Amino acid sequence: MDILTLFVVVPVLVILALIFTKDLKQARIVSMIGGLIQLGIAINLLFAYFRERAVNDAVMLFTRDLVWFEQFNIHYAIGVDGISVALILLTSIVVLAGVFISWKMQDLPKEFFIALIVLASGVYGFFISIDLFTMLVFYEIAVIPMYLLIGIWGSGNKEYSAMKLTLMLMGASAVLMVGILGIYFNSDADGGALTFNILEIAQVNIPFEAQKLFFPLTFMGFAVLGALFPFHTWSPDGHASAPTAVSMLHAGVLMKLGGYGIFRVAMFLLPAGALEWSWFFIILSATGVIYGAFAALRQTDLKYINAYASVSHLGMVTFALLMLNKTAWNGAILQSLSHGFMTALFFALIGMIYGRTHTRDITKLGGLLKVIPFISVVYVIAGMALLGLPGFSGFVAEMNIFMGAFQQDSMFYRIATIVSISAIVVTAVYVLRVVGIMLMGPVKNEAYNQLEATTWFEKTGIALLLIPIIGIGVAPLWISNLIMESLQPFIQGVL
Amino acid sequence: MELSNFLLMRHEISLLAIILLLIIAEIAIPNNRKSSILHLALLFFGIHTAVGFLPLAESFLFGGMFRSNDMIHFFKGVLNIGVFTLLLQSAEWLEKNMVSQERGTEFFILMFSSLLGMYFMISAGDFLMFFIGMELSTLPVAALAAFEIIKRESGEAGIKFILSAALASGVSLFGITMLYATNGSIYFEDVLTTLTAGNLTILGFLLFFAGLAFKISLVPFHFWTADVYEGAPIGIASYLSVISKGAAAFILMILLFTVLKPLMYIWEPMLYVLAVATMFIGNIFALRQENMKRFLAYSSIAQAGFILLGLMTGTQLGTATVVYFVTIYIFSNLAAFGVVQAISTQTGKENMKDYEGLYRTNPKLSLVMMLALFSLAGIPPVAGFFGKFFLFTAAASEGFYLLVFLAVVNVTISLYYYLLVIRAMFVRKGEAPIPFFENKLYMRLGLLITVLGILALGLYSPLYDYIYQLGAVLN
Repeated sequence: MDILTLFVVVPVLVILALIFTKDLKQARIVSMIGGLIQLGIAINLLFAYFRERAVNDAVMLFTRDLVWFEQFNIHYAIGVDGISVALILLTSIVVLAGVFISWKMQDLPKEFFIALIVLASGVYGFFISIDLFTMLVFYEIAVIPMYLLIGIWGSGNKEYSAMKLTLMLMGASAVLMVGILGIYFNSDADGGALTFNILEIAQVNIPFEAQKLFFPLTFMGFAVLGALFPFHTWSPDGHASAPTAVSMLHAGVLMKLGGYGIFRVAMFLLPAGALEWSWFFIILSATGVIYGAFAALRQTDLKYINAYASVSHLGMVTFALLMLNKTAWNGAILQSLSHGFMTALFFALIGMIYGRTHTRDITKLGGLLKVIPFISVVYVIAGMALLGLPGFSGFVAEMNIFMGAFQQDSMFYRIATIVSISAIVVTAVYVLRVVGIMLMGPVKNEAYNQLEATTWFEKTGIALLLIPIIGIGVAPLWISNLIMESLQPFIQGVL
Repeated sequence: MELSNFLLMRHEISLLAIILLLIIAEIAIPNNRKSSILHLALLFFGIHTAVGFLPLAESFLFGGMFRSNDMIHFFKGVLNIGVFTLLLQSAEWLEKNMVSQERGTEFFILMFSSLLGMYFMISAGDFLMFFIGMELSTLPVAALAAFEIIKRESGEAGIKFILSAALASGVSLFGITMLYATNGSIYFEDVLTTLTAGNLTILGFLLFFAGLAFKISLVPFHFWTADVYEGAPIGIASYLSVISKGAAAFILMILLFTVLKPLMYIWEPMLYVLAVATMFIGNIFALRQENMKRFLAYSSIAQAGFILLGLMTGTQLGTATVVYFVTIYIFSNLAAFGVVQAISTQTGKENMKDYEGLYRTNPKLSLVMMLALFSLAGIPPVAGFFGKFFLFTAAASEGFYLLVFLAVVNVTISLYYYLLVIRAMFVRKGEAPIPFFENKLYMRLGLLITVLGILALGLYSPLYDYIYQLGAVLN
């Protein structure tokens, strides 16, 4: 079996194994083994990719093409480039960390892990697809388990949040369906056959009128998942209600599908539409960047703070993608990765704090540094990474984004860039505000003096996420190379 | 004409034989052993279903009154599986309530008669045969809807159905007479050549169409649906929403794509408007339903709206996607009705609120329901997604992007109320969840068939290719 199909087959096998597990112990062991295998394959894929790339300069590597629905020319077509390899690696790490963080899941553990892994398999499938139909199938497979994950295992206003999140995301995917059909029926513009294959469509000059019509549909279909302002409202509620591992996976991985889809489908296949519409979406994403930052400033619930921070940081991804140059694109992908690790780490830490103190309200917390030093220190590190301190992944990403953004020299772009950059300052404020109130100062609540120390599985989860953050920050070049190379077809196609 | 030619009516003959056998059995078997008729009927019909899949020639009988081709033959097979599944699901209810009242055999005879009518309806080669088939398929259902005579709602459902159905048939027949008046023939073949768009023809077509629209419960001919579904026994509601609707959509497609093709410039915009109205009204009314049968009634109205997306294209792609969608829809809806049936038979509960906490007591049943609802909502990887996506593809291939957009808006609306049921089953714990119960063998088998259908029909692509090949007959 080829290396990519394994990414879909292994989760299916794990799910089958999970069906036969009896209790939490067995379920988590099976999921952990599954996660480790998946991580192993992902690392193997990375090295295999480097080896293959040295001798092969095709756009997509490890391609495989099986006819599925012949009448519609639908194929099970898979392949990866550097961008997808990096995102697959991100996914496998976050999923494994998520399993560790859910080590003590009490309620319906088997079902929880099954839903989690269904979600993961959808994400993997999405990243390896180069056929629009297959991609859409995996996209929806990744989204729908969220309803059960939040609804059953969530907290707070979970029924409302789960419904809102699912409807907004599935609504977006429904709009995306129209966009994909539009692309499909214009893929014969140069006289070829109708096709769903991304690489083939990229060669076709889709008529300008069609691009202008279908770009916003396709873009919006993905952008809602990427929490583009003003369609981000599902994100704070959803994250606040979701259980820890689900928040991690969702903010860390699932939301990256949005940026990836925008880049790979909307912009790559409809470049003229992208040029035509970029001003409009730049305004939206720049607004999102600054709005998310200010909203995070005002929240007192830790999860809401982090959710709005995600809106802000993912706004930067869309913003950078629309800047239409290589440096900014590189930054966008790096930001996707970096934000994936950071936000997953944040949600993991918030879960741990909440698990011990039973509150996420920062005004009720204080002096945690004295009682749970490990978690607190990691929280500070993650905060530093989030506000873009050199030495962490966030700095590399944002540096690239704004370097790229400043290469556009018209007034409109300048203003948008300056607005977005100013969000960095606000980021520093809301990160330090939380650190100051929650971690420093006297211990506010007597009961907090006897908090449980960090367990081995929590530490493992944290380490898994922290290593790549520092790794990318200290040695950004190798991952940058991985991405840069793969940007070439986009540069030829879009610019 | 040779006698062997009659084998073209193999489906009809064998079903008729079963009906006659059942009448004999009713007379011959003593009262204290009447429950064996149930097993007998299931056995007969099972064999009938299996034999039905043997290939059949493409030909016609009685100078074109009755015809059969691979497409029609295939669809009869699908209807057979549907009815067989439905009987399996209803077996326990029949045994519990009906056999004791000595009315078990009647149920089978009436249902098989109605199915026989559907065979004739979809095999019709002229308007007369079509009309007789339609009547034969409708009248027994009225009796079936009123089958639970001790329940007031059931009688109400029966009378409502027969009154509206009679009106619809009458209007339809009036339309047929007008078509006859302008064309001088009732044979589809002749009408096809002489049909021109005169005023009388158009009026005839509209009246004729109304009759079928009633059976598919398109808005604004849908008012009977929810009330009848709610009052009728669940098996019958299921029959109406699945088999009856499927067959009617199928024959409507055949007629539109062949005989009435010259009027396409009229029915295309008409179906456009009806599709939008049906989807929106069906979905919006489904949002607030508490009773599961009413809920599924409005959901099935909305699904009919989606079918129109494929119907209005008039192409081979449209034919294939409609037949494919209807096939998938039959399995999905049967699964949903099956679960409602199982719960209702065991506990008598039919409201969404009663389903709260179902997963924790009856996980398997809840999972079947979830698969069914996901399939109806069109979520991959279950079959419904493929059915719906391909219907949208068919509509988009003719350039109806706005319609597809409105349809996807409706898909999202429908997802909301499907999730409400899932919320009740999985998320809520419920104050008094339905206790665990074991299903009988027949019910399990009935649900298993639907689950297999839901899982396999989408992922297994050769089926679609096969249907597409069959669709060539019409275009």
